[in-house]
Formats: sequence, C-alpha cells, structure tokens
Amino acid sequence: MHYLFEPGLFGSGPVRTALLVGAVVAITSGVIGVFTVIRGQSFAGHALADVSLTGGSGAFLIGFNQFWGFLIAGIVAAGLMEGIGVQRRRGRDVATGVVLGAGLGAAALFLYLATQQTSTTGASFTVLFGSIFVISPDTVPALIAAGVVALVVVAVLTRVLLLTSISPDLARARGVHVRTVGIIYLAALAVSVSLTAVAIGAVLSTALLIGPSATALRITRSPGWAMAASALTGIAATWLGIVLAYDSYYWPPYGHGWPVSFFVVALVLVGYLLTYVKRPRRLAPRSPHEGAECSPA
Amino acid sequence: MFSSLMMNTWIAGSIVAVIAGMVGFFAVLRGQTFAAHAIPNGAFAGAAGASLLGINVLWGLAVFSIAGALGIGALGSERQGRKSRNDVVTALGLVLMLGLGALFVSVSSQYAEETYALLFGEVFGISQGEILPILGLGILSAVAIGVAFRPLMLTSALPEVAEARGVSTRRMDIYFLIVMALATSMTVPVVGALLMFSLMIGPPAAARSVTARPGVALALSVVIALATVWISIALSYRTNWPLGFFVGVAGAVFYLLGLGVRALGTRLPGVSRPYPAR
Repeated sequence: MHYLFEPGLFGSGPVRTALLVGAVVAITSGVIGVFTVIRGQSFAGHALADVSLTGGSGAFLIGFNQFWGFLIAGIVAAGLMEGIGVQRRRGRDVATGVVLGAGLGAAALFLYLATQQTSTTGASFTVLFGSIFVISPDTVPALIAAGVVALVVVAVLTRVLLLTSISPDLARARGVHVRTVGIIYLAALAVSVSLTAVAIGAVLSTALLIGPSATALRITRSPGWAMAASALTGIAATWLGIVLAYDSYYWPPYGHGWPVSFFVVALVLVGYLLTYVKRPRRLAPRSPHEGAECSPA
Repeated sequence: MFSSLMMNTWIAGSIVAVIAGMVGFFAVLRGQTFAAHAIPNGAFAGAAGASLLGINVLWGLAVFSIAGALGIGALGSERQGRKSRNDVVTALGLVLMLGLGALFVSVSSQYAEETYALLFGEVFGISQGEILPILGLGILSAVAIGVAFRPLMLTSALPEVAEARGVSTRRMDIYFLIVMALATSMTVPVVGALLMFSLMIGPPAAARSVTARPGVALALSVVIALATVWISIALSYRTNWPLGFFVGVAGAVFYLLGLGVRALGTRLPGVSRPYPAR
C-alpha cells in the first residue's frame, strides 16, 4: 500500500482540500460533459475554457480571486458565442473560434502585464495549467456552491436539454425555446468549466469535461447511466491523478513533483482508449437527428 | 521600427501570415476550426519537450504537430454523421498534448519565460538563421496546397461529388491536416501556439463573409492575414505588449468588419449574396 499511498498523504491539509475540490469538479463536469458530447459542442466547451482564461489572468492581474475571474469571463463568452453564432454547425465553429482568438489575445496581454507588475514568474503556468494543491480553503465553499447550482440547473432542465440536443425541430414544435435553453446550458457549462479551470487549469479543463463523458457514453445505454458513469470516471481520474502527483515528488527529477493536470489528462485519455479495447455492445446513444443531417435528404 | 534587427521580424511575420491565410482558408472552408486550434497547441508540447532535451525546437514542433495531425486524422476521421466523435477525439488529443506540454515545462528548470513565449509568441529577436527554416517550411506548405488545390476545394465544398469522382475525402482530410501541421511548426515559434489559431481563423472567416468566389476569398484571406500581422508587429513594437494580443484582437475586428460589410451588402440591391444557390 505504501508504494501507492505515501505516508502522510491523507494527513495533509492541501491534499484533503484537493481531493474534495477534485470530486466536486469531476461530478459537475462529468454530468454537464455528457450533454456537451451529445450536443457535439466539444469545441464550444474548450473555447469557453480558454476564454475563461482571460478572466482568470485578468483577476490575477488585479489581485482578485481567480475563480470569479474564470466564472465571469466564461459566462460573458457563453453569451457572446450564442449571440454571434449562427445555427449552422460550421458557422458556429467559426464564431466560437473568433471569440476564442480574441479572448486568448487578451489573456496574453493580462499575463504579460501581470508578470511585468508582480515579477512572479510562475503566474502564467498557474493560470494555464492549474494548481489544485494551492487552492485556499476559503474558496472551497464558493466552488461547491457553484457546482451545486450548475448541477441543479442541469437536473431541472434534463429532459428539455436532451430533447433540444437530439432533435431541435421536435423541441421547437413542442414549444420549447431552443435558444434560451441553449444559453442556459452554455452558462452552466461556463460554471463547470471555471470550476475545472481552478483545479486542473483553463487549457486542460476540456479533459475532464469531454473525456469521462465520452467514455461513459461509449459504455452505457441511457443518458442517466452515462451521467453517473461519467461522474465516477471523472472522480477516479482526478483522485488517482492527485495521489500520483503526490507520489511523483519522489520520481526524477527528485524534489520536484509532476503536475496533477498531466496525470488527470493522461488517466482520462487511458480511460477513453480502454473503451476501444472491448467492442461495446452498442455505441453511445447517437442522435437520430445527427445521422439525418448528414445523409443525403 | 525598420532597423536591420527588426527586418527579420517583418520577413518572418509576413511569411507566417501568407501561409496562415492560405491554410486557414481551407480550415474554415472544411469546418476544421477545432483541428486548427488543436494542432498548434500540440506543437507547444513538442517545443517544450525539445527544449527539455536540448534539441532544436523546430524538430519537436514538427514531430508533435504531425503526430497530432495523424492521430486526429486516424481516430477521428469524419465518417457519416460522426462529427461529434471527431470533435471528442480532437479535444482529447489536444488536452493530452497540452498535458504533456505542462509536464515537460514543469520538469525542465527554466519554465516561465519559455512557456510564455511558446504559447503567446515572441516575434522579436528572430535571428537570420531562423528565417531559413521558416521560409523552407512555408514554401513547402504553399506548394502542398497548390498541388492539391482542386481536390481540396472539391472535398471541402462538395464531399459527396468528390467521393463519386473517386477523390477520397478521408485521405484529403489527413493530407490537409499534415499540411496544417507543417504550417504550424513554422509559425508557432513566431506567433505562439495559442494565437496561431486566431491568425488561421480570423482572416479567412472575414474574407469568406464578403466574397463567395474561392479564388478571391483565398487572396483576400492572405491580404487580411498580412494586414493583421503587420499592424500587430507595429503596435507590439510601439507598446511592448505581446504580439498575440494584437493578433487576436485584430482577427476578431476584421471578422466583425466582414460581417458588417456582408450585412450592408445583402441589403443593397444587385449585390449577390455570398454562396448563392448552385
């Protein structure tokens, strides 16, 4: 046991905070990620994460809590993308890309100014790749509350969201405001992404959003089970990542731990690839709409 | 601003802009925006790894971006109606490479400056020796696009017709991803991994929103990319702010201008709308 769990692992305060935050993050992004994958919005999810980076680096510049920076920028970006994005998939990708480019540019500026001002050189690394071990315990209640709000919103909207994801036309015929649902969903996605950004870094949060849900959708039959499996996969990857990162302090180069984010990403990817080993009984619940979109009418 | 030291910057920036405008045009046309974002980011990991091992950064960039392109192409190649899986594979490949980049950067001792330059670009201080590989790779990607111009256009615009004519969409996909990887490995050291993407998407998106003819759009895309880079270099020189900031903002501004022109154009009588029904 001691080879995996270093003595003192569970006695350390930062590690306990990290495990708690990791679980909250993994559950939120696991559940929301299932919708992201079903809706084919992986790119939007990734772009939100990258744009929230603007907020994170801006908050860092003015010495504010980064989480709020991530959150505000993420929600603004979600509104922008929905605003300028057209309904066609390619147009949406381009709109996403343009917002993303502008956001990254601003992030570059903020990080530059921050390093000029404070001469803390590790700033860009922390903001980009996260630092789950240095989350201050004061932030934890806010993180949990944000996660719970996002989960409740998604839980209330589950049926409507699934319907609009799978067949927007049917949803519209039933009187659902597809656009409003889309915006609410993107806002929930922004919350989940900013949680993940705090934990494993803005540019890597896509791993926890897409990886576990894509894995879960390949091995389960119903969206409900997929959400459960996705959350569990996410928690497993995060916790194992934290433990391994803690252990890696004793790996070469000695006296310098490997980043948690790397382990989480690698584990998530291994999980996804494992689903290719055994042929799944039935692939993920594909939306009939998607097939119809591409076949010649 | 035009001293001999800065000349290299202007030359390198212009080469990068021309290539990004060309490659980006097809990226937008083919709907491979996400890949255009993922491959430069993967290249970042390669550069970080190469500098960890102490070999030429260009090798790391080339190896990682081509490996990323092949991985995305092989696992996620678009079959009928599988766009969402394609996106999933791209996203996972992207984060894997970024994760590796984070690992390399954190394991190597001198990280902060290096990471920042690789992610957000460092256009100043490009040496004479660095221009040659950039020029070489630039010509290579331009030729690669020129040779396959027609099949690329055909598979982008009318995939079904292309298949019927015996042009494999899948093969063109992978071919294009490799061209993108080549272009990426030359541009990342200059504009940075995160901003290479805005240079590849902003100008072509703007160009496409004002004209429907592919040749004109391609030329316009190159021109806008050049304008973006030149404005950015000049402003970056004046303010000392990072180049990436100006590239990202200029890309968005040009896109919005393009949308504005189109909105005006569609209201004027006699001006044909972009992409009329065939």
